[in-house]
Parts: sequence; C-alpha cells; structure tokens
Amino acid sequence: MAEKVLMKGNEALAEAAICAGCRHFFGYPITPQTELAAYMAKKMPKIGGTYLQAESELAAINMVLGASAAGVRAMTSSSSPGISLKTEGISYLAGCDLPALIINVQRGGPGLGGIQPSQSDYWQATKATGHGDFQILVFAPSTIQEMVDLVFLAFDLGDKYRMPAMILLDGMLGQMMEPVVLPEAGKTVVPDRPWAADGHKNKRPHNIINSLYLDPLKLEQTNIERFKRYEKIKGTEQRCEELHTEDADIIIVAYGASSRVCRNAVAAARAQGIKAGMIRPITLWPFPVDTIQKRLVSAKAFLTVEMSMGQMVDDVRLAVNGAKPVHFFGRTGGIIPSPPEVLEQIELINGGI
Amino acid sequence: MAIVYKRPHALTDEVFHYCPGCTHGIIHRLIAETIDELEIEGCTVGIAPVGCAVRAYDFFSCDMVQAAHGRAPAVATGLKRARPENIIFTYQGDGDLAAIGMAETVHAATRGENITVIFVNNAIYGMTGGQMAPTSLPGQVTQTTPYGRDTNSAGYPIRVCELLSTLDGVALAQRVTVDSVRNVRIAKKAIKKAFENQIKGLGFSIVEVVSSCPTNWGMAPNDALKWLQDNMLPYYPLGVYKDISEGGENK
Repeated sequence: MAEKVLMKGNEALAEAAICAGCRHFFGYPITPQTELAAYMAKKMPKIGGTYLQAESELAAINMVLGASAAGVRAMTSSSSPGISLKTEGISYLAGCDLPALIINVQRGGPGLGGIQPSQSDYWQATKATGHGDFQILVFAPSTIQEMVDLVFLAFDLGDKYRMPAMILLDGMLGQMMEPVVLPEAGKTVVPDRPWAADGHKNKRPHNIINSLYLDPLKLEQTNIERFKRYEKIKGTEQRCEELHTEDADIIIVAYGASSRVCRNAVAAARAQGIKAGMIRPITLWPFPVDTIQKRLVSAKAFLTVEMSMGQMVDDVRLAVNGAKPVHFFGRTGGIIPSPPEVLEQIELINGGI
Repeated sequence: MAIVYKRPHALTDEVFHYCPGCTHGIIHRLIAETIDELEIEGCTVGIAPVGCAVRAYDFFSCDMVQAAHGRAPAVATGLKRARPENIIFTYQGDGDLAAIGMAETVHAATRGENITVIFVNNAIYGMTGGQMAPTSLPGQVTQTTPYGRDTNSAGYPIRVCELLSTLDGVALAQRVTVDSVRNVRIAKKAIKKAFENQIKGLGFSIVEVVSSCPTNWGMAPNDALKWLQDNMLPYYPLGVYKDISEGGENK
C-alpha cells in the first residue's frame, strides 16, 4: 500500500494532478491558491511537464484550451476573482466539448472581497461559469484525501463526458494539512482522443475544434445533444455522503469546509438527544437531488449551512420542492461558522417541529 | 501539359465567403502554398480568430481550432507546449490582435513562443460592420468615428511590428502588403520565413499584412487598394523590423 504523507491541501491537489497524468499547468498568481502553482513550478520541469505563468487568467484558461485541444490533460487553478476572468474560456471549453480541470480555492467576494475562506462562488460554479447554455462538473471535497481522490475522478469524468470539471474548495481546505495516501499513477488511463487537433498526419480529414454555429438550428441541435449528455450525468454521477440521516428529524445540507463544522454540530445535537443528520454533497453539479428526495418522508426539516449569504440553499429548496421547511444559516466574508452557532440553529429548528 | 498553377492542397474545396476585393483570399492562399511547399500540412494546426476570418477553420485542410476574440496566441501557446513537434499558426485581424488580444500578443512574443502569427491589418472591424480599429488612421471615418478618428479622444493607431520588434523573444517582425504582384511575392517570402523560423525553433514570428476592406471602407476594390497605398502605407511603412534568422538584418 502506498505511503501516508502529511500534505497541504493545495499541494496535494497539485501532486494528485501529476499522478493523474497531467503535465500541463497554466496559471496566474492569486491568494489563497499560491502553493498549488508554486508546487507545479517546482515539479513540472523535473518530469518533462509544462508549468507556465500566463500574463492573465484569460490567457491561462485559453492556454488550457489549446493544450486540451491538442489532446493532453491540462489544468489551471485560481481563486474567486481569477475564476471570473476564466469564465470566458470555460464557456468556450464547454462549447468545444473539451475536457479540462479548473481548481477554485474560493475566497470572499464580491469584487476584490477578501482572502479568507468562502463558499460564495457556488452560483457561479454550478449555474454560470460563463455565457450560454452549459454545465460543468463541480466537485466539493471536504478533506485533503478527498481532494486527491476527486482530482482523479474529475479528470476521468471530464474525459468521459468531454466537458470541463471544477474542484471547488476554499482557502481553509487549500491551506490546511492532513495525512493523505496518493493513488498509484496507473489508477487512471488517459483515453485516446481521436477528435484532437494534433495534426492529421495526412491520415484523416482535418479535425476542427470550434464552438461557432452560424445556423441557429444547428446551434440549437448541438445544445440539445449536449443537454442529453447532462441528463445522463444527472442520472449516474450524483455523489454525496450521508451522516445519521436514516432516523434524522433535522437534516443539514453542507459541503466542503462548512460540512466539517456541521459534522461536529450534528454530534453535539445527537449528544443532547436531538435527531440531527447531514447530507454532504460531493458533486455540486450534478446536485445530489435523489438523496435529498429519498429523505423527504422521514426528515421534518432541512438546514442548509454555507459560508455565503445563501446560494446552495436554492438547490436544496428545488430538491425539497416545498415538501418540508428548508432553513438557512450562513456566515460570509471569510468567516467560518462555529459548531456552537450551527448547534444553536439546530436547537431553534428542533423547538419548532 | 505541366500544371503551373492550381489550388493548394492545404486549402479545402470550401468557397471563400469573403467580400469582392477583400485580400483575405490572397493571404489564405499564400499560407496554404507555404504549407504545401514545406510539406507540413499533417503536423500543422491553425487557429482561426473572431472576425471576418473566423471561418478559416473551414478553409484550411490542416487541423484547426477556433479561439475566443484576441486569445489566439494563448491558445497557440497551449497547442505548442502540448505538442512542440507540431507547427502552430494564428490568423488574426487588427481588433483581435491589437485591441482585445494585445496582452496575449505581447506576452506570447516576449516569451519567444515558437509560433507563427499572420496579422491582417485593414484598419477596421470588418465582421461587425466597420467600427474603429486600434489601427484606424487619424481622421479615418468609421461607424464609431463618424466625424473621423479624433486623436484627442480616440488616441493614435498602434504600429504593431515596430512595437513588437523591441522584444527579445521576437524572431521576425515584418510588414508586407498584397496590393501588387511584386508585393504578393514579398509577402509570400515573409510568410514562408515565418513558418521556417518555427521549424528551426527560432521563436515568435509575425507577418503583418496591410490589407483593404472595400466593403467597410465604402470603396470599389481598386479604389480601396489606392487608398491603402496613399494612406496606410505612409503610416505603416513596409519592411523588416526584426529578423534574427540567417542573413537577417539584425542578428
């Protein structure tokens, strides 16, 4: 079995990407994802890979597009304001059906916001990482080990469905250290990409990587086909963790850093005899609607906890669809909620049901 | 009977959509002839811009990628870094290269990115219907400078070759035009050198082609070429601004 090592979240992401066969990283400096790029700058030249510090986030994501078009695994990483700039390229990646890995180590916003951990890019990640009708895969790890595992999954599913994938974490997860086991490199196989613009070698017709359809009927049909793929993904790729949900009266829905806080709050509530549980989405798109709906009969109320003014709560409400009350508690601007704060919310809800 | 002139293999059978008198067709052909002569079609990847030449991906027989407005040099960087053995060229207009994509242009150049850039400067945004470009001349009437480009408010045109020639990463910066047989021949030589430089690994090569846009200039094709000669060439002098290749003017 592979060795267990102590790693910082951002560095573990970088090492996992290298293990997953990624040899092309294009980035631009921003806090709090710095360690990831620095790790790549150190490692890539030694293994024949490319680390390139682009002139901007716009350039970085378009370099990723070029590398992906050429048929290799490529990635970029940034934090909230930088992701806003990348959205142009992400839309083109989606429109060209190109896979790519994008890491967002979220910080507080809007604008320059702050540099402390936040989850206020949920809407951007799951609803609008650029213009046009499209979705990207969004993964939300809550431990460093899970980050490593999700890097592999993000690359594999991105390749399988030919679409961009994002790992959405936050400054807390990026900066903290935990023990991890890195998977063997052979765990993932980069598939053949017969569609790539890698030179036809006079053996096939030319490949065109393009998102322009001047004929509206063709564009509509392309979007319809892409959304059929999205429906398939919604059916097969929802992932979440359930904690004490089977008998829970109050089910918390939380992801990433805030789910770690909620785990403690659930334990504290259980110690008081309150039947609390948690659904922790691991995929934010596709959102684990099926699991939430499975618990609609037994649960009496839902509580969404986020490090934002309330974004994922929209998806929880859509999944619950009025069947049960959905409450929200959030801290934002770079504040991480404390377990007693969340427990207080659980107690309040428990008093009313 | 020997064939002395035919459609280059590197051009597909697709019919150009360009306006009568537009010089894109000539420039496409010169690139395609170069690809044929260097026998590199199988390893060449072209990048189509946003603008009139967006459909270049349908016209060239090599693999093609369509880039966002201005981002072609960044996309080219990704393609080249992923497959250094391939030949990568971008085809960009003045709005694409010198306005929205100026950062990508300058930084790809200063990195000495080993790519070939064909820059079509016709002093106007053609596709969107004739707005002011970064290279529109002082006093030039466009849809968005209806009283002529006023340098007090709209600033001055950018001379791209002169600007890029100051950067260490640039192997070739040459301005040409295609208004006459003689100049077409010079343009062909420059384009060929820009591709040969990449094969030799010399770095960033740019060929700026001063071009006409009869439709949006509101002129007949011949009048447009005359306007180009009388107005554009004095502002954008033809010539080699940097050339580090063997026999080049500055080594």
